[in-house]
Amino acid sequence: MKHRYLPMTEQDQKEMLETIGVSSIDELFSDIPEKVRFQGLYNIKEAKSEAALMKELAALAAKNADTTNNVSFLGAGVYNHYKPVIVDHVISRSEFYTAYTPYQPEISQGELQAIFEFQTMIAELTGMDLANSSMYDGGTALAEAGMLAAGHTKRKKLLVSGSVHPEYKDVVTTYAYGQSIEVVTIPTKNGVTDIEALKDLMDDQTAAVIVQYPNFYGQIEDLKLMGEIAHDHKGLFIVSANPLALGVLTPPGKLGADIVAGDAQPFGISENFGGPHCGFFAVTTKLMRKVPGRLVGETVDQEGRRGYVLTLQAREQHIRRDKATSNICSNQALLALAASVGMTALGKQGVRDMAKQNIVKTRYAKNAFESAGFTVPFQGAHFNEIVVKTNRSVTEINKGLLEKGIIGGFDLGRVDPEMANHALIAVTELRTKEEIDALVAEMGALQ
Amino acid sequence: MSHENQPLIFEITKEGRIGYNLEPLDVPDIDLGELLPAGYIREEAAELPEVSELDIMRHYTALSRRNHGVDSGFYPLGSCTMKYNPKINENVARYNGFANIHPLQDEDSVQGAMELLYDLQQSLVEITGMDEVTLQPAAGAHGEWTALMMIRAFHEANGEGHRNKVIVPDSAHGTNPASATVAGFETITVKSNEDGLVDLDDLRRVVGEDTAALMLTNPNTLGLFEENILEMAEIIHGVGGKVYYDGANLNAVMSKARPGDMGFDCVHLNLHKTFTGPHGGGGPGSGPVGVKAELIPFLPKPVLVKTEEGKYHFDYERPQSIGRVKPYYGNFGINVRAYTYIRTMGPDGLKAVTEYAVLNANYMMRRLEEYFDLPYNRHCKHEFVLSGRRQKKLGVRTLDIAKRLLDFGYHPPTVYFPLNVEEGIMIEPTETESKETLDAFCDAMIQIAKEAEATPEIVQEAPHTTVISRLDETRAARTPVLRYTKQA
Repeated sequence: MKHRYLPMTEQDQKEMLETIGVSSIDELFSDIPEKVRFQGLYNIKEAKSEAALMKELAALAAKNADTTNNVSFLGAGVYNHYKPVIVDHVISRSEFYTAYTPYQPEISQGELQAIFEFQTMIAELTGMDLANSSMYDGGTALAEAGMLAAGHTKRKKLLVSGSVHPEYKDVVTTYAYGQSIEVVTIPTKNGVTDIEALKDLMDDQTAAVIVQYPNFYGQIEDLKLMGEIAHDHKGLFIVSANPLALGVLTPPGKLGADIVAGDAQPFGISENFGGPHCGFFAVTTKLMRKVPGRLVGETVDQEGRRGYVLTLQAREQHIRRDKATSNICSNQALLALAASVGMTALGKQGVRDMAKQNIVKTRYAKNAFESAGFTVPFQGAHFNEIVVKTNRSVTEINKGLLEKGIIGGFDLGRVDPEMANHALIAVTELRTKEEIDALVAEMGALQ
Repeated sequence: MSHENQPLIFEITKEGRIGYNLEPLDVPDIDLGELLPAGYIREEAAELPEVSELDIMRHYTALSRRNHGVDSGFYPLGSCTMKYNPKINENVARYNGFANIHPLQDEDSVQGAMELLYDLQQSLVEITGMDEVTLQPAAGAHGEWTALMMIRAFHEANGEGHRNKVIVPDSAHGTNPASATVAGFETITVKSNEDGLVDLDDLRRVVGEDTAALMLTNPNTLGLFEENILEMAEIIHGVGGKVYYDGANLNAVMSKARPGDMGFDCVHLNLHKTFTGPHGGGGPGSGPVGVKAELIPFLPKPVLVKTEEGKYHFDYERPQSIGRVKPYYGNFGINVRAYTYIRTMGPDGLKAVTEYAVLNANYMMRRLEEYFDLPYNRHCKHEFVLSGRRQKKLGVRTLDIAKRLLDFGYHPPTVYFPLNVEEGIMIEPTETESKETLDAFCDAMIQIAKEAEATPEIVQEAPHTTVISRLDETRAARTPVLRYTKQA
């Protein structure tokens, strides 16, 4: 058949079959036993032309309420942020996106250097000694952190704060089951980890304490104290962090973290209905040789020129097989490149400016909700999210909001029955005063 | 490829330069000291670059010119299916209604996205011959582990939690044993026979009442179809185990043989290989898992279903589910690309894909067999493995051959894999390459084989034309420098 992706002509095919010494392509499949041979064609939709398919899929895309034409206050781990236009221009360079893992450094210096820069930026933001080249997402990165801690301490229990993203916690739990590791939830109090409860739960069998910074409710946790509690029992301290918040918050590395995992989606990566995003993984030097996934290191070539190469590969599945530190192979390299461009564009000043706008605008929203008579139950310091109590189902309110072009906050009742009628409202730098005022007014009207 | 050295972005930074543009704050400004607790305000700024927008574009453009992708040239990297990445995929994935939607929006507001995912699931059910598919796993290895966790849950539900062994052929991808470990299993290796296929006697020897599963790629990593697949499935099923299909090599059998018809109970696919999600420099991938009916209750949740009213819905009411393996629903953007590809090719197209992929591999194998050792001389599928042992005797290693290919502008094949071939050279051309490209590559390989005899030093000292020469990997590992540190 003729197809724009398939260059073989009939003449080509004839010559190639002659070289092979067979009379038909079918003969090349003669080793497939008759009994398992598939007959005919797949029962899937017929092919469409480029133009027709684009038209059809554009119509399908248009069925969705997007965060460009609507005003979004939905966060809960995935945020509607300023995305510098150049991010997409860089990752559209096909030398990057059509390459595979840079196993051949002589023709992959571009990718390797970009990853080395990514590792540096993540290490800088988190305040850790080093970072790897990326993980699938923040949730699996956190799960891998838990597995590393269990392996490192030879202990089989993880304490996970109830203020960690519930879907992240679910992923940690699934991974832990595979390794026969127990996961215990630390209760929360006023929207943050209950420190007394943590002290009671912490013991010498605990591999790590896992918390989120800022936590799922947008609150800033007392990392320093929790890190000390973990370390008092020789457990590790794992922090799932929003890297944008680290533009203004003291980095976990300065507060006792042994591992910082998270998602770099806030740096120029689209919401993408949940993926692909960009997990990151940063550790202290002590844990360097236990890190999952790929690491890029600097070295020199035979002439002494600086170059970059995948390194410490003895940790990885293609070398160590069943003894590897993780099974991860493909990662999120292209998104790490996107996040690098995002971090570079914001730069030293911008990451601080943008993070600060998130805090200040969220504070404005908090004041506006309270002035309008709403209760904001958690009164601790926040980053870009607050919890707002409502009189009725948040999902129902959100349906009304969408009619006004607003994507409302996350319905916390979806993950915790006790938090029914509570909305988790995210306010990023993109939200204007006018939009925030409109949200408060519309929610008031829909109560 | 550009030979200009490009400094690190941190080395072209200049204090005071910016590359961003935010709206001025339109709400009252508040000092951070009033908003954050003492000790939680960052004191030292993160040392991110300070560069202008043009600086950024020039930097990354320069880096891209020091990188080889499929669009730059031939990339016959065995087992990785480096085929053409269609550009329509990139456009569709960036449609506003796909790229800019939030995973936690009300289902009613994302029915278009859910319809696409559901239709992709159904297409993959047909292509694999399975009964249901989850799109949640982020990549191939993640899919392997997901499927093994389901197998584990299945055995436990049947009161057979003692089944703790996963059997893996010696030619398997490294992710197979690694995934088995992460899922809590022990790995047992089964040998290949002299034909490069799983040794059935050895398989019978290693199975037992502790067998949880067999993991198998078919065709295997030698590019050979495991003809005894039905017998193998019977052996495993006979002792109560499950048979798992590693879909890395699906490009070899589309419309020719389906895992579900070969006796497999579950399968993972690499949508970034067979279904053209680009490889992205190492990711992202997408690793859907298909299962037969018995394993459906254990699928990760939520499961995307279509209700009787024709609405798409994420079903969380799955009491036997292994749980969540990833936040949200998988790498949606890659799934959009794969769906676009399947709809571009249609049933006839996917069949042609496999036929040309196999034709191309066999053609190259026959053109090269005179110059290199061919350990398994029979029709291959989408890839084949040569051995460089003849050249090794001349003092030219397979690594040298790979490096010499760089001088011709090619990405080398996968080398030293699978492990059961000495000095292995694993070549996968894919269906999107023309005969001219295949011929030119074969000519280069033949020239290198001749050089190995006449002027081996040319090969041993290669590459000669790249932006850097061979790197000191020992130094990189012994004294790791994994980040830039600003000089005081």
